[in-house]
Amino acid sequence: MTEPAVLLEGVTKRFPGVIANDRVDLRVEQGEIHALCGENGAGKSTLMKILYGMQKADEGRMVVEGREVSFDSPTDAIAAGIGMVHQHFMLADNFTVLENVILGAEPVMRGVIDFGEAERHIAEVGREYGMETDPNELVEHLEVGERQRVEIIKVLFRGAKILILDEPTAVLVPQEVEELFRNMRELKSEGHTIIFIDHKLDEVLEIADTITVLRRGRTVATVKPADVTAHDLAELMVGADLPTPATSSSTVTDQVVLEVAALHVEGSETEVALHDIDLTVHAGEIVGIAGVEGNGQSELIETILGVRAPSAGTIVLGSDEITRWSVRSRREGGIGYIPEDRHRRGLLLASPVWENVMLGHQTKEPFVRNGWWIDPKAARRFSAGVVERFDVRTPSVDVPAHALSGGNQQKLIVGRELAAESMLLVAAHPTRGIDVGAQAAVWDELRSARKAGRGIILISADLEELIGLSDRLHVRLRGQLVADLDPAEVTPRDLGAYMTGAKEATR
Amino acid sequence: MKQRLLVLAPPIAAIVFALVVSAVVLAVSGADPFTAFGNVYEYGTRLNTLVETINWSTPLYLSAIAVAIGFRMNLFNIGVEGQYILAAFIAAQVGSQINLPPVLHVLTIIVVAMLVGAVWAGLSGYMKVTRGVHEVISTIMLNAIAVGGLVSYLLGIWDAPDDTSLDTALKAIPESGWFPDLNPLVGGGTRSDLWGFVLVAIVVGVAYHFLINRTRLGFDLRATGYNPSAAEVSGVDPKRTVVMAMVLSGLVAGLVGLPELLGNTHTYSLRFTQGLGFGGIAVALIGRNHAAGIAVGALLFGWLSRASGILEVRGDAPREIVAIIQGVIILSVVVAYSIAEKYKRVEDAKAAAAALGDVE
Repeated sequence: MTEPAVLLEGVTKRFPGVIANDRVDLRVEQGEIHALCGENGAGKSTLMKILYGMQKADEGRMVVEGREVSFDSPTDAIAAGIGMVHQHFMLADNFTVLENVILGAEPVMRGVIDFGEAERHIAEVGREYGMETDPNELVEHLEVGERQRVEIIKVLFRGAKILILDEPTAVLVPQEVEELFRNMRELKSEGHTIIFIDHKLDEVLEIADTITVLRRGRTVATVKPADVTAHDLAELMVGADLPTPATSSSTVTDQVVLEVAALHVEGSETEVALHDIDLTVHAGEIVGIAGVEGNGQSELIETILGVRAPSAGTIVLGSDEITRWSVRSRREGGIGYIPEDRHRRGLLLASPVWENVMLGHQTKEPFVRNGWWIDPKAARRFSAGVVERFDVRTPSVDVPAHALSGGNQQKLIVGRELAAESMLLVAAHPTRGIDVGAQAAVWDELRSARKAGRGIILISADLEELIGLSDRLHVRLRGQLVADLDPAEVTPRDLGAYMTGAKEATR
Repeated sequence: MKQRLLVLAPPIAAIVFALVVSAVVLAVSGADPFTAFGNVYEYGTRLNTLVETINWSTPLYLSAIAVAIGFRMNLFNIGVEGQYILAAFIAAQVGSQINLPPVLHVLTIIVVAMLVGAVWAGLSGYMKVTRGVHEVISTIMLNAIAVGGLVSYLLGIWDAPDDTSLDTALKAIPESGWFPDLNPLVGGGTRSDLWGFVLVAIVVGVAYHFLINRTRLGFDLRATGYNPSAAEVSGVDPKRTVVMAMVLSGLVAGLVGLPELLGNTHTYSLRFTQGLGFGGIAVALIGRNHAAGIAVGALLFGWLSRASGILEVRGDAPREIVAIIQGVIILSVVVAYSIAEKYKRVEDAKAAAAALGDVE
């Protein structure tokens, strides 16, 4: 047997109060596709950051291509032939593909960047691995899948033999995933080694040669895909049965909670325009909105919330027309909101938990008395109730929100929005970035809110979550509604086809 | 306990550090630091110096509160300087032209000053929300327009005709428009009066504390300061809040010149104290925008500026050494706070994790 490409032994990494990696072992053979699986917070990303020199292990040793290494920065890792494609792309939007690829590794001739040489090199890389791109296209004009390809080319351009891909499929629709897998096989046949992080098990089983499962910072198993089923993997990951998002019998009533009619919103360079949107949400109903990110979902939410003004059309909440209402009136009138980015829109990280429970409801009882004075005692008491009821793990309601783990922050937001008992709940990616346990808890809460007669708009990139929870599905493409689907009859694959426009339906 | 330590340690460390730096500067410039510090301490603890300290801390405090209102929502009101000078100037002119019974006269002057401050600051807020002009730019411009333009120009026109001194000054405010002094409190034997306006400053401080921490408006301001996008979706109207914060800041800024105007000079002249607006920025930084912290900062800076007068008299050192001390304090306080902040974050996370026995 030849030397393994990467060998990690006993790697341990501690963060304040948390052990991210606890004596992790990992052996990646030359020229294989090695999948790293585990729940959120299992320590996959930390392990890869250590391998890529972004963080330093407290203990353990790393051997790359037979040589013991210790990386102080990604520069060292790149020199050792390791490259990483991050989950969030690190590309400059206003640069061309070519400029992005050579950024930081510019081929220089007599002090001047040699663009000709760079272009030739990129074309070569593209041909070799079947990843053709137009080097002079601006990155901001590229689709997500293409951006990812640029990231991979960037890594190859720096001479990487070992590629780390951090959740590469998370941002892709099924068709793009196939394309990515084709590229990965191509790379493998050229002798590259690929380590990729993923928690979509069917994908892992399809592409990986070897699978290592992490749980709570430890290596729990290294298996071959032929020997395991998706169910086995799931059990390895969580140490128990996987929860499913499936909803029980319908609770939909004929009482309309939200009625959006003929809504138009102007677009801009960065924002998608909305055309002629009709949307009805009933009490006790979850309406799922599917679409590749950047096809108008955020704009629709913002318009319903009142952050963005429509150019035509009406929005009716319950019995009130709210088209011209301010955000505050709408929220007071009964719109709850779980934002897609909890740090950006959901929390005041430096403020205590109880103030975060107030956020978005700061005009209402019990948080304020006489419409003007904050009542900290009552607010704390109410917050303690939310923390208790929604199992937010926090020592008290007085600790700042940034001290909570991501899953608990999310439960806090979900809890506060559900505790407010708004007529309509707009939930954008309510389970993004949280672990399986917290995910199941959020699903439960959404289901019970539905049962209690709330109307819910659900936006998610997790197609199984959308199909499992929704009573109805709307698919959006480029700001328009392209299909109305029955979640009981649609597969994630078909849904993906509608989302990318590969398949069309009659409305 | 640990929490309290984290709040107090940075400013104390910063002051000690500033003293060490100043001692070095003094030694290098040929003075004996210990003699100099000893003289400052001796002079600084005299009753008269303490009275002056309070007098001069009062406008610094008001100015810092005005700045802090903006800081609370990440608005940099650099314009307190222009706002208070214009406000004091107009209020002095109005006060000298009217005749009212004592309390009413003073109240009128105060209200005029606050309104002028609010309008001048509100202009910046308005330009920000309608035209996207950054408040730093607009307040700096408005400072120049107010101090260098309006006040200089109008002072020349309104210069009191019967004034025999060389100083260019407005007509004096009649005695009914003077703010009573608090001399009985200190026994009445001091060379300087204890200006009564300090009471107004205390009221403003308490009001500020309640406004920020206990009212909806304060919550909206803070939320916007911490996280504007989260505040917006929570129902805060960002534009309205910007204008509101600037107007509130300007209302307080309008008061900054009044301790001196109503307690001492009773007129606006070329010699009217300038620079309090910028001093307030420093004090707000040191006080971390907290009503009590700002009080400590204002007293410290007020005392340093008064007590240091002795350095020149005794020939120990130029009084500019105080500017060095103040500058070092500001810089080291900012650094110390940011270190403490980082440390606190780690401690918070540790404490939360420890309390839960969680290993995520």
